[in-house]
Amino acid sequence: MTSLTALGGPKGSGGRPITGHPDGPVTARSAALTGTGTLLRLGLRRERISLAIWVYAICITLIASFPTLSALYPDQASRDAIAGGIAGTPAFVVMTGPVTSTTLGGLTAWRYGVLGAAAVALMAILTVVRRTRADEEAGRTELLAAGVLGRFAPLAAALGLVWGACLTIGVVVAAGAVVTGQPVAGSILLGATLAGPGMVFGSIAAVAAQLVESARAATGLAGAALAVAFALRAVGDTITGAGFASWLSPIGWGQKLAAYGADRWWVLVPLVAAAGAFAAWAVRLQSHRDVGLGVWPARLGRATNPRMRSPLALAARLQRGSLIGWSIGFLALGAMTGAMATDTGTLLAGNAKLTEIMHQLGGPGGLTDVLLASMGAIGGLLAAAYGISAMLRLTSEESAERAAPVLATAVDRRRYLAGHLLFALAGPGWLLLVGGVLTGLLYGASSGTMGSSMGDGLSSMLVQYPAALVLVGLAAALHGLVPRLAVLAWAALGVSLLLGQLGPLLQLPRAAMDISPFAHVPQLPSVPMSWTPVVVLALVAAALVAIGLAGFRRRDLRS
Amino acid sequence: MTTTLRPAIEMSGIVKTFGPVRALDHLDLTVQTGQVHGFLGPNGAGKSTAIRVLLGLLRADAGTARLLGGDPWRDAVALHRRLAYVPGDVNLWPNLSGGEVIDLLGRLRGGLDIRRREELIERFELDPRRKGRTYSKGNRQKVAIVAALASDVELLILDEPTSGLDPLMEAVFQDCINAEKERGRTVLLSSHILSEVEALCDRVSIIRAGAVVESGTLAELRHLTRTSISAELDSVPSGLSEMPGVHDLVSEGARVRFDVDSDRLEDAMRLLLSGGLRGLTSQPPTLEELFLRHYGTDNDSGDGYPGDAAVDAQPAAAMRADRS
Repeated sequence: MTSLTALGGPKGSGGRPITGHPDGPVTARSAALTGTGTLLRLGLRRERISLAIWVYAICITLIASFPTLSALYPDQASRDAIAGGIAGTPAFVVMTGPVTSTTLGGLTAWRYGVLGAAAVALMAILTVVRRTRADEEAGRTELLAAGVLGRFAPLAAALGLVWGACLTIGVVVAAGAVVTGQPVAGSILLGATLAGPGMVFGSIAAVAAQLVESARAATGLAGAALAVAFALRAVGDTITGAGFASWLSPIGWGQKLAAYGADRWWVLVPLVAAAGAFAAWAVRLQSHRDVGLGVWPARLGRATNPRMRSPLALAARLQRGSLIGWSIGFLALGAMTGAMATDTGTLLAGNAKLTEIMHQLGGPGGLTDVLLASMGAIGGLLAAAYGISAMLRLTSEESAERAAPVLATAVDRRRYLAGHLLFALAGPGWLLLVGGVLTGLLYGASSGTMGSSMGDGLSSMLVQYPAALVLVGLAAALHGLVPRLAVLAWAALGVSLLLGQLGPLLQLPRAAMDISPFAHVPQLPSVPMSWTPVVVLALVAAALVAIGLAGFRRRDLRS
Repeated sequence: MTTTLRPAIEMSGIVKTFGPVRALDHLDLTVQTGQVHGFLGPNGAGKSTAIRVLLGLLRADAGTARLLGGDPWRDAVALHRRLAYVPGDVNLWPNLSGGEVIDLLGRLRGGLDIRRREELIERFELDPRRKGRTYSKGNRQKVAIVAALASDVELLILDEPTSGLDPLMEAVFQDCINAEKERGRTVLLSSHILSEVEALCDRVSIIRAGAVVESGTLAELRHLTRTSISAELDSVPSGLSEMPGVHDLVSEGARVRFDVDSDRLEDAMRLLLSGGLRGLTSQPPTLEELFLRHYGTDNDSGDGYPGDAAVDAQPAAAMRADRS
């Protein structure tokens, strides 16, 4: 009886008697789920591309890691060596957890267990919020709810879809592992390491979607829960005496399954129980609220704000959240690089193959210099990604028809563009600076030579700045000339990434590699500085930005 | 007095094409300073495109446009200090409050009257603390309307500003526009809500397929169309059905209903009097009829003028049937 009240009844002030049919409670209960199957098919239809990409990318990464790791660490001696070397590297343990088994399967579970589970959880959060709160916010749920639809059908369909996707990943990975010759029990638990936390966070996202009124806030709330879960297990893995923290985290439970090691089946119990409990909580919350509203009232903004007086103030307001997020990311990147730079020797543990790959990516020179150079290259690509996203914010403002009201005021087009351009151009430099300083600090703290370490860390990152600006300039030029093609800037970044990471391994001809602006950057501190390419890149970027400005002044605004 | 001033808006021969689509096809539009000018037309007729050309957001392919004495494209920034714009589809920034948007748009325009801002927020019953993403369509429009009306400008360009407002707020809006008119401001009001245009506008331009097909005061436009007559008589006079200018005659015993061209009204009345007039209702042509004359048929342009007897009787009759 209690469960029926929770499911259907108009209890409390927020309840609306949707299932108030005269046929009695049993009908009411099943009626609450009417249409779930239809909605599940609709969800599958709408998420098919997104889910296919997530499932494919995660499964292929996991399954391909068996042959990859097998090639890198061909014998037990090398596997023991890498486990011994990495076990003492906090930078790695924070991301991956400790090695629990030095078998090939154990190394895969160590390398991809935590990160894979986090990826599945992210997929679950994004999809559940899109299928519940985002639809509700856009008014689509109301449209459907006016038809023959049970009150809990949207929620049930969203969770069914996402749990299904998580289980698919688990089953495919387990099957793939068995096919590559891994033990069956460990393989099933490896699948559960990925699927279990994903299902829990799908349910947590369902709760978040009940609590707050906007999809953005719901994603943020569930994402924060994921970050906390990740951090708790990182604390448990790295700090002596804090091992219990891992047991507070669903991702920690995934690790504690110890696939290919101790094979602790009973840890499946808390995973399943948490997924069910959060789902039940979401159902309970939904029965106490109105369609379109959240359990928590929407946060109010300011009635008036004297600082909102310029295009720059508007741009700053629109861009600041993203820049703060990216800055935190670069702090983490710098911290990781600085910590790893200290331990390069142990990290590679004399593994010839890995050393060779590092040299291909980071150039000649000492191993630490090579590591700094290759991390700098990654920083450059990431900084370019931020710059492109900041620049394309302008394009989306325009296509969402939010640019026209501003340009219909006394704002010159150049001035309007300049606000966002400031973030797109200066932002990547700021991020590289943040990453470089933290790299230098951590590297210097352990090497004892703060001056030169700081110089190496900073230069490895900052030297990438002009190349990143070329891609931002490309986005600016596209926005000014053909805004509907501005997203091609992402394609340019993708090509640069592929050329930079795969070019040396595939031994592509130099001319092909030179398409990427990053190919011209001297890989500091692994090679000496050469100014010519850096200056040329900066000039190319400046020319592209000028083209973008001139184009934007002359063209029609898109509507 | 106002006629001595330069027109606030003069567009002549404006052409704007988007790829194969000719959105504006030699559009001519004149809005006199100090007047409220209705800009009528259904969706897709080119109203918003014409407004975007006036705002310098689009550049015309051909023709000349003058706005407050300047060039809308070249002098955009200077001109925008003197005008305020309410878009048809108001999109707000999801994380900015309504109050912040009002402040931003007002200040970017060169300043806003704080006292008037508060007064308008109260009159339109707007909660300025809510975030953009939480507003309904009507409330988003209120934000843009308050931002526009709180600015001290000469010209208001309003693109279907009330399509999401409820009738109470529509009345508040009409009060506000009448007050603006009394203060000598010029208003270009694009709309397809005919009652609103009838209530507010001094002059009306009707746009169809990118060109203005009719322009004038409401009285002038009414003169071009028909009055509906319903009369009770002793006997139906002979010759009524054959009389030029009389359309759609229906007689039931001694009761007749018909439409008559406005310039034939006097002749028709004389004939009715000769039949012993006992009761009479006459209904002036509404803007709806006027409008439907231009849109109600599949005929090409050039239709809808008096004497073009075959045209448009059906939709006009249908509208009357709806109203009764």
